[in-house]
Amino acid sequence: MTDVVKSYPPSEKGGAPVVAIDNVSVDVERGDVYGIIGYSGAGKSTLVRLVNGLEKATSGSIVVNGTEITSLKERSMRAVRGDIGMIFQQFNLFNSKTVAKNVAYPLEVAGRPAAEIAARVAEMLAFVGLSDKAKNYPDQLSGGQKQRVGIARALATSPSLLLADEATSALDPETTSEVLALLDRVNRELGVTIILITHEMDVIRSLATKVAVMDGGQIVERGDVFDVFAHPQNAASARFVSTVVQGVPSPVEVQTLRARHDGRIVTFSFRDGSDSQAQVFLDLAAAGIRFEIVYGGINDIRGRAFGHLTLALQGDDSAITAALAKIAAHSEVTEAH
Amino acid sequence: MDKLIDLLPQLGEAAWETLYIVAASLLFGGVAGLFIGLGLYVTRAGSILENRAAFTTINILVNIFRPIPFIIFIAAIQPLARLVLGTGIGNGALIFAISIGAAFGISRIVEQNLLTVSPGVIEAARAAGASPLYIIRTVLLPEALGPLILGYTFVFIVLVDMTAVGGYIGGGGIGNFAIQYGYRQFNPVVTWAAVLVVIVFVQLIQFFGNSLARKIMRR
Repeated sequence: MTDVVKSYPPSEKGGAPVVAIDNVSVDVERGDVYGIIGYSGAGKSTLVRLVNGLEKATSGSIVVNGTEITSLKERSMRAVRGDIGMIFQQFNLFNSKTVAKNVAYPLEVAGRPAAEIAARVAEMLAFVGLSDKAKNYPDQLSGGQKQRVGIARALATSPSLLLADEATSALDPETTSEVLALLDRVNRELGVTIILITHEMDVIRSLATKVAVMDGGQIVERGDVFDVFAHPQNAASARFVSTVVQGVPSPVEVQTLRARHDGRIVTFSFRDGSDSQAQVFLDLAAAGIRFEIVYGGINDIRGRAFGHLTLALQGDDSAITAALAKIAAHSEVTEAH
Repeated sequence: MDKLIDLLPQLGEAAWETLYIVAASLLFGGVAGLFIGLGLYVTRAGSILENRAAFTTINILVNIFRPIPFIIFIAAIQPLARLVLGTGIGNGALIFAISIGAAFGISRIVEQNLLTVSPGVIEAARAAGASPLYIIRTVLLPEALGPLILGYTFVFIVLVDMTAVGGYIGGGGIGNFAIQYGYRQFNPVVTWAAVLVVIVFVQLIQFFGNSLARKIMRR
């Protein structure tokens, strides 16, 4: 996706056009789980709909599996959609059709023979663990089951790309992890590339390999999920990261910490690997400093650890200063004043 | 009362005529209204065949014809009925007038019922690569079927009402019976017998429509 712009006609005559996507370039590689996170209205839902042509880009270039789709007519676009599955926040199942008929729908659209459709539907329902619900109607299912049917339907034609538009936002936490685990299998076992739209950083943390942060129609930060979590470069990214990771305490939080703990409040930040963490505690112990963890935590992102630990340090003031200077040589140290 | 007993054969015939006129008008007007309503739905802004010019044209056409009082419309459409059917009077001309007059009103009911289908479901069908016509046939109409049945039940009852003035162009039916033998001959018993027949019709149809819609929407 290169230099893509999507603007809508102004709501009033003579007004400026509304720009939903402002010069966005994204490169999703085969096998990626690419997370796009942003607040409501950041343009992420529009962005994902440009990929399967449900929305037409105003300018720029979008290439899906080697096909430039911005110049495609609606008719040829329909053929491309067979290779792109999509799941939705509200599931969007056909209530007038059984679960099996829902899953069969994209195959019928593609004109596959009935015997092949029946076999594929059975296979997909087994994959999402809903074989016993084939003859049920969607309103007899729970939210998590509905989304699993949505996933089975989206993958029926064996697409190489799956678009997930806030796929877990309408689900409770437990069901969310179920659906995320299923999407993880879709990526690992079936090799399907996933573009994941969400406003929940937790979803990015548990599933995505790469992430782009959207704000005001633009991508303000992108990179490996670990890097963005460990060193967010942008204010919006930092806010998202702070929703799931306790970082350096804010001045207000420092005040509440001071009310309950004596000594100097110091935050040590660790990135990837716990060697420096052990070294910090060794150095503090060697200097005879009493310490207590009062805030923060260590996080695991795709097998790599990082985190921020805030300690209350008690002991000889000059010894603490000296120890902090020593630690600062190998770890990041932030002292609250 | 004795008069009513004498008139029972005519009452029975009138009841059958009403059923026949309503059924035929529902068929022609209902199908026409379905297509006009679909036209309104698919061409509106943001829909699967968005087309501003087409939407505006259909919308204005519907707005012109729908408010004409039927008793005036029945006379206004008479020249066209003569052109098409060769006659401007009788049950044929009545069915012709009701079908056209009702189609516009039906189109609004169809449009409203189609709008109850979640746009997300239509989007899911588009994302699966379905064409607009395929979506209408396989998603839009099946998803809206329950509300559409209730809508057409309502239409059936409106059509019974419309047949009541059939006598003005020589058509038959319960309305004509009530005017001819009840109103004109100062016989309220006969008038009320006709009313009773209409009430029974309406109750039966509403009951049937409700249970069918409930069955379809519960699945």
